Amino acid sequence: MTSLLAFITGSNLLWAGLCFGIVFGWLLHRGGVADYNVIVRQFLLQDFTVLKVMFTAIVVGGVGVWVLHGQGLTNFHIKPAALLAVVLGAVLFGIGMVVYGYCPGTGVAAIGTGRLDALVGFFGMIAGAAAYALSYDWVADHILPVADLGKKRLPDLASFPEWVWYAGLVVMAACVFALVARVEKVRAAFSQNP
Amino acid sequence: MTSSRWNPYLVGALIGVLSIVTFTLADKPIGMSTAIAQASGACALPFAGAEGVAANPYWAKKAVPKWDYGTLFLLGSFLGALGSSLSSRSFKLGSVPSLWRDRFGPSVPKRLAAAFIGGAVIIYGARLADGCTSGHGISGSLQLAVSSWTFFIVLFLSGIVTAFALFHRGPSAGAR
Repeated sequence: MTSLLAFITGSNLLWAGLCFGIVFGWLLHRGGVADYNVIVRQFLLQDFTVLKVMFTAIVVGGVGVWVLHGQGLTNFHIKPAALLAVVLGAVLFGIGMVVYGYCPGTGVAAIGTGRLDALVGFFGMIAGAAAYALSYDWVADHILPVADLGKKRLPDLASFPEWVWYAGLVVMAACVFALVARVEKVRAAFSQNP
Repeated sequence: MTSSRWNPYLVGALIGVLSIVTFTLADKPIGMSTAIAQASGACALPFAGAEGVAANPYWAKKAVPKWDYGTLFLLGSFLGALGSSLSSRSFKLGSVPSLWRDRFGPSVPKRLAAAFIGGAVIIYGARLADGCTSGHGISGSLQLAVSSWTFFIVLFLSGIVTAFALFHRGPSAGAR
């Protein structure tokens, strides 16, 4: 099934990776998320650009991939819900993202915009990834198997139809965007007339 | 700087469309941190030698250091941001972002040391969780993966706590 679905194969796949990457990097920069201040202010709840970009991508990509999956035109690629590892990893990730000021993708993009701190942080990422590779045996024995639910999707957890989950996703995103718009409006009014 | 920015909802929608395209045409979700782990294996070659790297189960199986779709996607992301910033005349060399300078001062070594340590911590977390803001945050969440929504929520909580601990200095400092 997979071989039918991957229209681009062999060495063409390498070129496709490069081209898709160029589009991704271009979009990250234009979206303003390859910027230290924008990312850290998201976590200070002062700037909601990161949330807007990510949630819109999730809704548009989610509905699109779901529809295509229903037509047999693409595969899902679900990462295992090894919950201890995911939670510990996410805690470290949140700390690192504020101190570095970028995530891995936006860090790579920020190097392209001339940020030398992003470049030095990239070497830090190389070192951190090497540390993970060197500790992988221990992690695989002691962390990864703990509370591992497997490659589960949210619809596997409760027996609603798939479309209910996607409708819920769209409604949730709309509520988050409305809330963010309201907060921004109140703040704009406040900063003009405190 | 502002003139180079597009509407964030538009950019998000286009990243969503890009996801649909990569899923359908290449059978690949968007992701970044695996490629960085592959690059770390390549960087370890001079120290550990080819046998040493191949003997490591992570570099041998999960993140094989070679040019493939994912590592070229990483290179492309750098080139895309470079092209975008040059063409919009917003490319600018710098080391100390203004928000950092206001809080921790103008010292370049201090900022670079923090960036190095932060980078190491973020990627260790990304590898432990098996994904980053791209692989889990966007690609996994859009497939409604349990792992990815867990990651997304915990990452935001952790980031908010860290950011307020490091940067927040009372209510007067906010909202600018």
